[in-house]
This record gives sequence, structure tokens and C-alpha cells, in this order.
Amino acid sequence: MTALETKLFRDLWHLRGQLLAVALVVACGIATYVTMRGAYESVASAQTEFYRRYRFADVFAHLTRAPDNLAAAIAQIPGVSSVETRIVVDVTLDVPGLPEPAIGRLISIPDKPSPMLNDLCIRRGRYIEPGSREDVLVSEAFTTANHLPVGQTIGAVIHGRWEPLRIAGVALSPEYVYEIRGAEVFPDNRRFGVFWMSRAALGPAFNMDGAFNDVALALAPDASEAEVIARLDSLLEPYGGLGAYGRDDQISNRFLSDEIAQDRITGILIPSIFLGVAAFLIHVVLSRLIITQRGHIGLMKAFGYGNASIAIHYLQFALAAVLLGTLLGAPLGVWLGRGLARIYEDFFRFPELRFVSDVPIFLSAILISALSACLGALLALRSVIALPPAEAMRPEAPARFRPGLAERLGLQRFFSLSTRMILRSMERRPWKAVLSTFALGLAGAVLVVGFYFYDAIRYVIQVEFEAASREDVAVTLNEPHGSEAWYDLSTLPGVWRNEPFRAVAVRLRREYRSHRAAILGLESNARLRRLVDVNLHAVPLPPEGIVLSKNLATTLGVSPGDTVMVEVLEGERPVQQVVVQGIIDDLIGSSAYMDIRALNRLLQEGRSISGAFLSADPAEESRLYAVLKRTPAVAGVGVRTATLASFQSTIARSLRISVGALVAFACVIAFGIVYNGGRIALSERGHELASLRVLGFTQGEIGLMLLGEQAILAEASIPLGFLLGYGICAALTRAMQSELYRMPLVISRQTYLYAFLIVTAASVISGLLIYRRLCRLDLVSVLKARE
Amino acid sequence: MPGLRWFAPQADRRREGGDAVFHVRGVTKVYRVGDVEVHALRGVNLELFPGEFVVLLGPSGSGKSTLLNILGGLDVPTSGEVLYLDHDLRAASEAELTRYRREHVGFVFQFYNLIPSLTALENTALVTEIAEHPMNAEESLRLVGLEERLHHFPSQLSGGEQQRVAIARAIAKRPEVLLCDEPTGALDYPTGKIVLEVLERVNRQIGATTVVITHNAAIAGMADRVVHISSGAIAEIHRNTRRATPSELSW
Repeated sequence: MTALETKLFRDLWHLRGQLLAVALVVACGIATYVTMRGAYESVASAQTEFYRRYRFADVFAHLTRAPDNLAAAIAQIPGVSSVETRIVVDVTLDVPGLPEPAIGRLISIPDKPSPMLNDLCIRRGRYIEPGSREDVLVSEAFTTANHLPVGQTIGAVIHGRWEPLRIAGVALSPEYVYEIRGAEVFPDNRRFGVFWMSRAALGPAFNMDGAFNDVALALAPDASEAEVIARLDSLLEPYGGLGAYGRDDQISNRFLSDEIAQDRITGILIPSIFLGVAAFLIHVVLSRLIITQRGHIGLMKAFGYGNASIAIHYLQFALAAVLLGTLLGAPLGVWLGRGLARIYEDFFRFPELRFVSDVPIFLSAILISALSACLGALLALRSVIALPPAEAMRPEAPARFRPGLAERLGLQRFFSLSTRMILRSMERRPWKAVLSTFALGLAGAVLVVGFYFYDAIRYVIQVEFEAASREDVAVTLNEPHGSEAWYDLSTLPGVWRNEPFRAVAVRLRREYRSHRAAILGLESNARLRRLVDVNLHAVPLPPEGIVLSKNLATTLGVSPGDTVMVEVLEGERPVQQVVVQGIIDDLIGSSAYMDIRALNRLLQEGRSISGAFLSADPAEESRLYAVLKRTPAVAGVGVRTATLASFQSTIARSLRISVGALVAFACVIAFGIVYNGGRIALSERGHELASLRVLGFTQGEIGLMLLGEQAILAEASIPLGFLLGYGICAALTRAMQSELYRMPLVISRQTYLYAFLIVTAASVISGLLIYRRLCRLDLVSVLKARE
Repeated sequence: MPGLRWFAPQADRRREGGDAVFHVRGVTKVYRVGDVEVHALRGVNLELFPGEFVVLLGPSGSGKSTLLNILGGLDVPTSGEVLYLDHDLRAASEAELTRYRREHVGFVFQFYNLIPSLTALENTALVTEIAEHPMNAEESLRLVGLEERLHHFPSQLSGGEQQRVAIARAIAKRPEVLLCDEPTGALDYPTGKIVLEVLERVNRQIGATTVVITHNAAIAGMADRVVHISSGAIAEIHRNTRRATPSELSW
């Protein structure tokens, strides 16, 4: 070992506390990078692999009914490489162990396994017996959520008849990676499942013999999706086509791709916060080390060491912190990443989701952190390199102070001497104070962001599940019915209130813009389902005209008073201009609302309903469910509280881990900043503080003088942290905003309080560690030495 | 905290002849430096009287600084007895020693030890703010001849001026004891003389028992008594018949 290396190791040992504090911040940076980058690559590659191996389709369309021979015409569309026609229907299920009715989506499959678009990955059990009316393959999310074994029988109402379905096997499909009903935002895997069954059995049951009502296409590599969609739409129009769409609008793919895009952003943003703070800390620690070792540096130069070898010597300190940080952070990142992958498995179903933690990720993590550390170190080294040896060996001139801002403003009499000392020391190096405050502010911001997720979810629940949806049960009928159905629903057991709705698929057009949407027709005095905006204000439904989600209005480029062209995609497919009466600033979806009577008129039909929202006597709940499960006309039943509970438990699990990690990491930043700041202040001012002890100041008094600066920085950082946190949350909500939903920008007082308490606690703990060192200050030896 | 002022203020400050301020009997001090025991003091006996000016003379490593630190409550002896009036400094707790320094002792060091972020006036005020019967900070700076430099920071003062600020800071609390460790050690000849003159004047005017450490034998001339220390023990105590003024000294 060379002498310089020996010195390096001794110095490292001497600085171990500060080095550890820096290394912990580096570790957080590396851990978050490995976790988030790994999560991004894992999910992205799982998606690509799943889509490729199981032939995820490119274009999708649903229609009322078309004869099988139309498939040949569809295949003729230029750019279409293969066509898969299917029968897809939603039915009501009676699942063992589930009091409420569930909704099953039945999808036809061939009798024998053959390569098809949206192919199935069979996880357990076997493929269906040819022609079996009972055998079904069931989605894994549903069987897992309901603890259903292979061989279990589930009751279903299939076209008005009660039929048992037997689980032959458990399957995954690239079409349902995120398994959700079209109109929902949150998955409810207990009450919605996908069932694949024999086309030979499904066809007759739904009057689809020799016909289909759903089609999926794969495109040739050079095909134009828009062109194919346009041609497909015109082919399907006579058959009740609801409008074809590409992968971008396929709901599961949409959610999954949004998630991957977000991972990509957070995977860059969060690690950069930590690595930036680490670079700053390395700069601060090394700058101080270099000042205390000025003499050594001069000596080394005098002995003939070149600038390069001295610079490398000090760079090694930075690299030591990176090395230690990597050793701590990489395993932590892998561990957290595996946890995150398990959370993803709750939401997204892949044949295989392996957390990717490969060499390139580690290498880039190390490289990025080493670069940021070296940047911090080089800025500190600049002054040393410039120093001629003789000057370096001379002790540094006494710290220069000048009257501070307080004096210039004539305010000094308001400050005690110790406050003046603190203020002047901050004013002497304003950038250090500003950057420390900023870095501590980032810790607070990370906390605000972490707890914000809870606030946002709580608010979404408040808006969607409490203010907007207030029914107990939402019943969807298999097809529109006249008002007699509404009276029938009123006579169901325990029903208190019954509000009908009419939902219809439409295409909205405004000049060259168009968008597929559903219009929900409600009674204008409806109480169980209301239009509620982001501020929790109920928006009245006008008797005429249409109310659009802000999202949808933006897409179409319309404002209140404009007209939109409504093309109904059902029945007689009427087309009509409707005036936009209002725009609702809501959180979820791209919805359109009309008064139910106005909608009936638009559809050129009499009083007609698609279903109803019910409030019911809880005591009669099980009887109500039992009847609904076996009512032929009912295609789906949504139970608000059950959906809410399932949503909350899924979200709670995933938030616990990610918020827990963010809190821990923020504490590390706060600790790193305050501890290093305090240690450096102690080293800079040890002499001064010892003098004060000699003059008769108590341990506590000088403790205050030393830590006062850190305390002021910590306090100043708190409002800054709140501001930064708010800004990051605002940026996140913008970045995460999609057509499907957006996060409300609401941050509770509690969130700010927690952030404040945690930053304060982390600062106090590091302050106490510094104070312990202060108590060990050796007065005599400090005074003997000249700085 | 009333009643905690356990050292009564010295009302009657006569020069010598009265009861001793300090009784030092059989004091030893052993430091452990690694595996080596260093005997810094090997049985020192000494009494110091109100208002007297004492010079501790000896080569470096003789133990004079250790003795001064023990008198000032910065260090405690390994064995022996140190009494300030009727109070036992050896048995005093850390908090009691702090209180003792705060109320009764003024220190002056070779390297001034001023607070760089405070002006001359503020450095002095630092002490007057925590003392019980201090003089005005400006007054104490006037005593050392720095009334023109009140608002200068240490980095704007010469070495001699900085040392005079240190003296002003030490005397501002009207200490019973003024302890100076090599006060001229870092100063050039004329500046050193000015500082000595200040010490001499302060000793006369506030009547504090003044102990000055030096290895410069020429300074001994201005003392009432000169204590020669070597190898941790008192070799000789010499009394000057007449205190020379600093201007009469030369080295």
C-alpha cells in the first residue's frame, strides 16, 4: 500500500460518520434507481413478451351481430394479417362464498386449442372439452381473488337460463393483463372475471349461431391502423358496430402502458433527487476536509506529488462513498424491486413477471452515482489545484466576517449575540446555506409526495364513492327495456329507491375531431348518482343538451354553448346535433351525461332504461342479491361498498410499501444533511466553541450556538419543502393524467404535518448525535492548537 | 438560580497579606497518552493572594500550563487539593466548574481565541451578557485602549489588538482571577510590550489576582512573585522587591 493509500484509509476511518451519512444518501439513490428502473424494465419486457408470444391483437371492435362470413370481408381489408371473430357477452354469476352477484365476461374460444389472436396462457388445469357446455377457462385474477380451485362450479345466468359452469383451467390473456370492466377505473377482481368457453356452446345460448359480435385483428407491419379502423367501421356499421379502436384505446393495454410510462418518469425523477443531494453532501464534506488538510496538500505538492495524483486521492473519498452506497443500495433496491413486482402482480397479470436486476442496471446505477459524486468532489477540488504549495502550507487566513444584513438594516439590537453569530456564519457562505435548505426541502418534498398519494386516493373515494355514487346496487340489464322493467326493479326485496339510467355507446364529433364515448342518461333529480366535480360540487343536469367531462370537452375542442354531433352506435343509429350545456371538471373517465328523457328522445325511443341505481334495506341485502343473481334480464350487478372495500385493500397494500420506502429515504436525506452540516460546523467552530466553554458558557449554550444554524436551515426548509412537494405533486398529477382518470391535486394538512414532524425528528436526532460529540470537546487541547 | 452562586464575591481586594485566594497542596496530574503515563505535575504546593501579579516561568513541558488550567477550572488534578477560597475545585462537577469560570475567572490565551464572527465589542459583550456584575463592554475596551476599534471584526485587527480584545473580554466580568497563558507568545516585541502594559494596568485597576505564564524570563521583572517550574514541580519562588513597569523590561 502506498503512503497515500494508507492516508486515504485512515482519513476514511476518521470521517466514517460523515462518510456513512453520505453513503446512505447514495444508497437511497442507487436503491430507488435499481427498484424503479428494474420495475420499468420488468413490466415493459413482460408486456412485450406476453403480447408477442400470445399474439395480442392490434385492432378491436364490438358489434351487435354479424354473420361469420363477414370475417372473410374483414380479412380482405388491406393491412389486415389475421382476423379473429368471437362472441363476447357479460353475464351475472353466483360465485361460491361471494354474497353479491359477480359479473362474468364470457368469450368464445375454439373447441380445440389452436393459435389465435389474444391467445390464452393456461396456468393450471386443462383446456375445455370440445363442445362442452359447462367447461370454462377462468382468468387467474378472478380465481385467485375468490379462492376458486380448478373443478369448482359457478352458477351463471346464460341468456335467461341458470347454467352451471365448471372451471376446467385457469388462464391469462394479453387482453386482460389489467382485468377491468370497460366503464370502471379500479379493478375489482372478486366481482369481475373473464371466462372463456366453447363457441359451439356459447353460440346457440346467445342466438349467435354462425355469427359473432366481437372481432380482433392483427395488422401487417406496414399497415395504417387508422385506415384499417375506418374500413372496418364501415364494414361493421350495418351490423351495429360500436366503433373499432386500436391498442391505444384497449383498456388493459392503456392502463399498463400508462403505468410503464409513469415508471419511466419516476425512475428518473426520484433517483436524481437523491443523487443530487449526495453530490452536494460530498461537495460539502470534501470542501471541509480539503480546508483542514491544506497543510498536507501543500506538503504533498512540495514533495512533488502532481495535481492529478492529489485530485485522484481526494476523488477516492467520493468514490468510497459511492462504493459503500452501492453495497448498501443495490441489495436494498433488488429487495424493494421484488416487493414492487409482487404489488404489480396484484394489478397486472403476466405469465411471468420477473424483477429485472441485471448487470446493465447496476452498472448504470454505479456510473450515474459515481459521476454525480465526482462532480461534487471536483467542485471542491478546484481551489486546491490552483493553490501554490508554499501558500497551501501556510495556515488559512482567519475567516473574514463583515457586518451582516441585519447590521446594514440596523436591526442588530434585536438579535442576541449567538443569533448574530449564526446569521453571519450563514451569510458568509450563502450558497451553502441555500443548498442545504434546498436539499432539506427536498426531503420534506419527498415526504409530502409520499403522503399525497394517500390524500389523492382518499379524495377520489370521497368524490367517486361518496359524493357521486351513492347507490347500494347498480343493476345493468342485458338490453334496453321499457318502463315495466323499472317497475319490476322497484318490487325487488328491500328496494327503497330506484333511479333508472340509460347508457348508450356513441361517437361524438366536432369538426374533424371525434371520440368514442358512452352517454349516461340520468333523471335530472337523481339522488343516487350525481354529477360531481373535482371540488365536490354537484353539477345539475339540464333537461336538454349534454354535459361533458372536461377531458372529453378538451379532446373535442368544445365549450358550453357549442354543439356536438352525436352518432349513436346502437339500434337505428340516429345522428343528431346536441348543444353542450355544461362541462364538468371531474376526475374519472371521459363521460357524457344527458337527462334520461332527452336521451330517450335522441334515441327516438319511448321510455327505455339500461338499468337502475338502487338503494336498499341492508337487512334484505342477501335476499336482494339472491334474486338478482338469478334474474335473466340482469347482465351485471355492481355493489358499491364491496367495490370500494376491494379497491381500498389493494391500494393500501401497494401504498404501504412505496410510501414506507419514501419516508425512510426522506429521513436519510434529512439525517445526512443535518448530520454532515453539524459535523462540519463542529469542525469549523470547535475552536470557537471551546473558547466559549472556557469563558464559562455551558454545554447547552454552546450546543444552541452550534446547532442553531442547522435548526434555522431545517426550519427554513420546511415551507420550501411544502412548496417543492406541492410543485412535484402538481407535476406528477399532470404527468399521470390520462384520458381514463386524473389524480386530484389535494394535499391535506395532515400530510404537511407529517412531513414537518418527520423532517424535524430526523433533524433533532442528528442534532443530538452532534451534541454528544460536542460534550466530548477537549477544551485544553483545542485551545493549545492554533486552528 | 438563586443560591447557586457558591463563590462569594471578593469584597476586600487587598494586595497580598490577606487570606490566600488559592490553596494548592500536593497537586499531581498524570495524563495517559496512549500507553505512556505523563507526569505533568508532581506535587505542587502554592498559595496565591488577592490582587497579586504572579509570573509562572518555566520551559515548555514543565507543567505550567497544566497548573494554570487546574487553577482556571479547565482541568482537574489527579491527586492533591485545590481550593478557591473555601471551595474545592477538585471535587467540583463539570457544571460547577463552568459556573466557576463564568463568574470568577478571566482567561487570556496565546492565540487570542476570539470569535471571528463577532466584532470586538460583541466579543466582549459575550462575557458581560452572562456575568453577574460586569463592567460595560465599551468601558473594558477603553481600559485596553481599543475605544476606536469597537466595531471591527477580528480579521480586521492586528495580533496585538486582537490580544487586547481578548484581555478586555477577560476582565469585563470583573473577575477575581485573571489567567494568561503566554499572552505575548504570538506577538512581536513592541506589540508584546503594549499587551503587558495593559495587563499591568488592569491588574492595578481591577485588582484581580493575575497569573501570567511565560517562558520569557524578562517578563518576570513586572511580577510581585515569580514561580519557577520545572519538570512538574516548583523549583523556586522569587519575590521582586519592586515591580518593574513593562517599559523597563527588554528582551
